[in-house]
Amino acid sequence: MKFTEEHEWLREEGELIVVGITEHAAEQLGDVVFVELPDVGDTVSKDDEIVVIESVKAASDILAPLDGEIVEINEALADEPGKVNDDPMEGAWFFKMKASDLSPMDEYMDEAAYKKLIA
Amino acid sequence: MADLKTTLLHNLHLSLGAKMVPFAGYDMPVQYALDVMKEHQHTREKAGLFDVSHMGQVVVRGDSYTQAAEALERLIPVDILSLSEGRQRYGFFTNEAGGIEDDLMLANRGDHVFVVVNAACKEADIGHMKSALEPAVKVEEITGRALLALQGPASEAVLAALDPRAAEMRFMDVATLDLNGVEAWVSRSGYTGEDGYEISVPSEAAEDIAKALLAHEDVEPIGLGARDSLRLEAGLCLYGHDIDTTTTPVEGALTWAIQKVRRTGGVREGGFPGAETILKQLDTGAPRKRVGLKPEGRAPMREGVELFATENADVPIGQITSGGFGPTAGHPVAMGYLATAHSQIGTTVYGELRGKRLPLTVATLPFTPANFKR
Repeated sequence: MKFTEEHEWLREEGELIVVGITEHAAEQLGDVVFVELPDVGDTVSKDDEIVVIESVKAASDILAPLDGEIVEINEALADEPGKVNDDPMEGAWFFKMKASDLSPMDEYMDEAAYKKLIA
Repeated sequence: MADLKTTLLHNLHLSLGAKMVPFAGYDMPVQYALDVMKEHQHTREKAGLFDVSHMGQVVVRGDSYTQAAEALERLIPVDILSLSEGRQRYGFFTNEAGGIEDDLMLANRGDHVFVVVNAACKEADIGHMKSALEPAVKVEEITGRALLALQGPASEAVLAALDPRAAEMRFMDVATLDLNGVEAWVSRSGYTGEDGYEISVPSEAAEDIAKALLAHEDVEPIGLGARDSLRLEAGLCLYGHDIDTTTTPVEGALTWAIQKVRRTGGVREGGFPGAETILKQLDTGAPRKRVGLKPEGRAPMREGVELFATENADVPIGQITSGGFGPTAGHPVAMGYLATAHSQIGTTVYGELRGKRLPLTVATLPFTPANFKR
C-alpha cells in the first residue's frame, strides 16, 4: 500500500488501483456527511479534484493520484457517508481506477514514511 | 497569531483538549474531544457549556433606566423604554441606509441597560454608542467579567443546583444569581434554540464557575463549530453572514423585533438611523428576504452558493449566507436571501454547486423546534 501527502491510500488490486483516505485524514475531517464521487468512465489527470468530502466542519477535495480512467466507484458511500469515519482503510474506499501511468507510484510513501509524516 | 487575544478561560480550554482557532481576534475553541457532531447532539440532549467571553458586555447608564433606554432608542429600532425590569430583548443597531451594523441583546437591569454585542463588532459598537450618546448617558464596557453560555434541556437543573432561583426564570428573564458566593448576571436565553442561560461572572471567579458547571455529569464543553450548527438549525442569524450593513431588518426577516411603538403610527415612531427606509419596507415589503433553505439532496450547500429560479436560468435570484449539515435535522440546512417573489415557503430553487444545479426548498425556520421555557 502506498500513501500520498494528501492522505490518500492506494492499493493495487490486479491491474487496478483502489483509492481511499487514511484513518488520520478521516479523524481530522470529523463526521463525514456527504461524499461526491466521480462517474465511472471518467478520464482523470493526476491532481484533478475528483472527490468532494463534506464533514460537519467543511468541504474537502480529494485529488486523483494518477492519470487514468475511473472503472468503479463505492456506491455505498452515497447512503452511508459515515463509513468514511468507521472504516476508512477498507470498506470506505472511494474509487478504483485503471492508471495509464503508474510511475508516480514510486514516489508515493510507504506505510513507514507515511506514519512519520503524521507523527 | 501573536496578537490574538485570549479569554479568561483560555487555560481551561487547553486543559480540556480544545482545538483552538482564531475568531474575531481571539484564540477560541472550535471543538473539544467530543468533536462537532457529538457536541451538537449533546447540547440538544443534555447541556453544553460555551465560553462566549469574547463578546462585548456593555452597561449603558443614565440618571434612570428610562433615560438610558430613550438614548439607546435613537440607535436601535426596538421598544427599549417599556421593557420591564428583569427582562431581555433582541435588537440591532441600524445605519442611515437601513442596514444592520450589529445585532445585540438588551436587558433592563433596574437602573441601567445591559447590552451584549458581537465580538467582531464590539469596538465599533461601543464607539458608536459613546459618540452618539455620551455625555448624557455613560457607556461603559465591562472588561472584568467573563461570559458563559449554558445551553440545553439539562441547563435548568444544572444551574438551579447552584442557585434555585435559576429555575424560576422564564425565557428572556434576567436576574442576579449567587453562584458559589459569586455575583452572576444571568439571562435565560442563548444562541442554540434550546433552553439555557447566559452567565456573566467576575474574571477572578470565571474558571471556578466554569469548572463547577462542567463538574455536572450532564455538561460538556462545546466549541464554536457546534455553536454554529446549533444556531443555524435554530434559524438564528450570524452577523456578518446572514445579516450585515447592507441588509435591512425587513430583508433579514427580523421585523418581529421592531415593536409597534417604533413603527409608522406608533407613539415613538422612527427616530433611529435608516428609519425612512425601514418604516417604508415594513409597510410595502422589501425586494429580497432571508429564508430557510433545505437542500433536497445530501450535499450541504454553504455560504456563497448562488441560487437560481430554474435549472437553466442565467441570472441568480439570491445566495446562501449560511449552510452546512444539521446534525439534529439529519439533513443539510441553509439560510440565504431570495428575491421576494421566490421566497414563499415550499418554493423550489436551485443552488449552483460545483457546476451543477441542485434543488432546495424554501423552508420554515427553525429547522429544529425551539425548546424555550416560556
